[in-house]
Amino acid sequence: MMQEGLDDGPDFLSEEDRGPRAVNVDLQTDATLQVDISDALSERDKVKFTVHTKSTLPNFKQNEFSVVRQHEEFIWLHDSFVENEEYAGYIIPPAPPRPDFDASREKLQKLGEGEGSMTKEEFTKMKQELEAEYLAIFKKTVAMHEVFLCRVAAHPVLRKDLNFHVFLEYNQDLSVRGKNKKEKLEDFFKNVVKSADGVLVAGVKDVDDFFEHEKTFLLEYHNRVKDASAKSDRMIRSHKNAADDINRIASSLYTLGTQDSTDLCKFFLKVSELFEKTRKIESRVAADEDLKLADLLKYYLRESQAAKDLLYRRSRALVDYENANKALDKARAKNRDVLQAETSQQLCCHKFEKISESAKQELIDFKTRRVAAFRKNLVELAELELKHAKGNLQLLQSCLVVLKGNT
Amino acid sequence: MCVCVCVCVQSGPASLPAEDISTNSNGPKQDSLFDDDPEDLFAEATEEVSLDSPERDVLLSDGPSPAITPITPPCSLITPHIDMFTHCSFDEIEEEEGGDSFDMHISVSDPEKVGDGMNAYMAYKVSTKTSMSLFRSQDFSVKRRFSDFLGLHSKLASKYLHIGYIVPPAPEKSIVGMTKVKVGKEDQSSNEFVEKRRSALERYLMRTVKHPTLLKDPDVLQFLESSELPRAVSTQALSSAGILRMVNKAAEAVNKMTIKMNESDAWFEEKQQHFDNLDLQLRKLHASVESLVCHRRELSVNTALFAKSAAMLGNSEDHTALSRALSQLAEVEEKIDQLHQDQANADFYCFSELLGDYVRLITAVKGVFDHRMKTWQKWQDGQILLQKKREAEAKLQFNNKPEKLQQAKDEMRELEGKVQQGERDFELISKTIRKEVSRFEKERVKDFKTIIIKYLESLVQTQQKQKVKNIIIIIFSISY
Repeated sequence: MMQEGLDDGPDFLSEEDRGPRAVNVDLQTDATLQVDISDALSERDKVKFTVHTKSTLPNFKQNEFSVVRQHEEFIWLHDSFVENEEYAGYIIPPAPPRPDFDASREKLQKLGEGEGSMTKEEFTKMKQELEAEYLAIFKKTVAMHEVFLCRVAAHPVLRKDLNFHVFLEYNQDLSVRGKNKKEKLEDFFKNVVKSADGVLVAGVKDVDDFFEHEKTFLLEYHNRVKDASAKSDRMIRSHKNAADDINRIASSLYTLGTQDSTDLCKFFLKVSELFEKTRKIESRVAADEDLKLADLLKYYLRESQAAKDLLYRRSRALVDYENANKALDKARAKNRDVLQAETSQQLCCHKFEKISESAKQELIDFKTRRVAAFRKNLVELAELELKHAKGNLQLLQSCLVVLKGNT
Repeated sequence: MCVCVCVCVQSGPASLPAEDISTNSNGPKQDSLFDDDPEDLFAEATEEVSLDSPERDVLLSDGPSPAITPITPPCSLITPHIDMFTHCSFDEIEEEEGGDSFDMHISVSDPEKVGDGMNAYMAYKVSTKTSMSLFRSQDFSVKRRFSDFLGLHSKLASKYLHIGYIVPPAPEKSIVGMTKVKVGKEDQSSNEFVEKRRSALERYLMRTVKHPTLLKDPDVLQFLESSELPRAVSTQALSSAGILRMVNKAAEAVNKMTIKMNESDAWFEEKQQHFDNLDLQLRKLHASVESLVCHRRELSVNTALFAKSAAMLGNSEDHTALSRALSQLAEVEEKIDQLHQDQANADFYCFSELLGDYVRLITAVKGVFDHRMKTWQKWQDGQILLQKKREAEAKLQFNNKPEKLQQAKDEMRELEGKVQQGERDFELISKTIRKEVSRFEKERVKDFKTIIIKYLESLVQTQQKQKVKNIIIIIFSISY
């Protein structure tokens, strides 16, 4: 249920395509652990998600339970995965983006302020549109958070993580505070160091063909996804602008129709009605494109980055391993601290091999998921557009019949 | 075929009182128009004027055409019969004009750049196809430049606007657009500009000849037919004539505000309101439509960019044949999508242009209403002056000054004549406007209906093609 005068609670759950679940990812969900977001509440400046779990695992006290979580707690969970050395060999599911209603809220506020300067119909219409926009953003953010949880739940290793279980079960506030300034600064520097290091490490040619190939592929793929994502955003924005224009045209035609005393008045009114309906359809088309195409691309932008991070960690481990080898050779040559060097070298070797093994599987899974997701979304998008085109066509044809009959 | 005059005249007793013009009077039938009536001053005018007749040659002589030509009756000739107008019903007038069915098609084509540098200009070929005997031949063409069109409009405006005819406005000048063409920039925007102008000129000419009175105007005929046309220099924006025009327009605007007319005719008040509303709404609609055309163009560009990007993405997905196939398919289909969007946009662009034309037309209509007000003002001024003279005459009589009295009497008689003329002018312009407005409204209804239906039909086509595209994508992806 959304507050702030927006009345559209259960609606988003009753979508025909049962929307949010696994929109961008093709996941095997099994009965042992099923996670979803059953409800969400939007308050002044935060969103409260109700995380609902169904599980037959013995780890949990009950078979079915729900807790309320906020965005910061999701981020905490994600970061705990990233920082865990044990998971270095896995693609960490990308964190969901922060819910961002600022733009929408601003528009609603401006609308409220400008209420006096427009007619009642215009105001109601614009309010409805803005509410629909708000709802769309809301649905999207719920979907992204849900996908994150589902990915974790589907991962054979991550699903067993203790933090994850606490996240799902602990029915009180996790008291996770957002990072303060100092920590944010630390993060920033960490990222700088990481990217610099990443460049150095990337220059090292890999012995393994598979990984060498993956490296080049991922780099190129990531950049192209970024480009495609940006371009699809622009395309969808143009679409929305055009839909807004059609809205204004429909209003003008309506006014003209009511004022005209000639034959044209019925004509104008009918065409105005038609434009209203087609505009609604165009908005739906833009929204579907947004969900199925733009979000898909954005998601794979983040996942390909996570995959790149994995490769970086592996390369880092490789470099460490090579360095350890060199140190061991030096120690053997000097015959000093040999045991220490040997242990360290073995650790590095072990770490590197472990990462390599799991990374290979992860990357193969990544490809499978990606291909399936793209195929599924493109087909669904085409089906939806087909449905809308049919609807549009019908409207146009019936309107034409009426108009031609009148002339 | 007779050259029909726009105002019909009947012979009959000259003393019938002026009645409300809008009544459907049952006057004597129109056949009497062509009877040999000794009082009918238009007997000459209704004779067939062959194109080689001496009258016409006079008109076609060089130099600016006289403001009032013999064929269209100057106001002063109508004097004795003005009262008869009130007996003509409008339906009959329309029938009269419809006697000669309108069969004419004008096209403006082949824009050609002539000359170089800042003196360069675009020459357009104006081709006319018609079966009307008004013209020398059935199929002919001439070369004209933009200032020729402006010259034609300014001549027609000076002849007809002040007596109440709605003269279609000429397309607007564009210094920026023309400069680009002169400088020789052969890019898409200057091509678009030339095309936009060509289309506007064609619409302008068609509107002008659709008007039954304007069609027969010798300036129009000369414009369409004669191979050489004297250059209309006073149409240049920055010439002294241009500046004078601007000053006059400003002065007129000020004058208009000071005229307070006692509108006795509700029809005019209602129509004035109607056109004011229409003006406002059409401008708003025009702005929205232009904005939509712009956004659709943007959409088409962005779709193309996205298609390229998606194709590249598919290419790097070399792991699976499916993905590459899908992306190639997506690229092709998006390109088709773009083509269709462009097509739909072009038709919508016609709607936008039509709205622009009508915004300007309505300005012309409002101008005609203003002229009526001015005519009324002139008549009222004449009456006031007459009153003053009467008072002066009375005073003279009182003071017994016979010579001055005679002079005053003469002046008064002249003034009375002028006042009567003023009244007749006013009635004439009112009547003309009624007819013009009814014609205008008919055209407006027809134009809008046609364009909107055309646009919707093109939309239907686009939607159908989109359906096909989506079906193809689905089939393709499922088959893998």
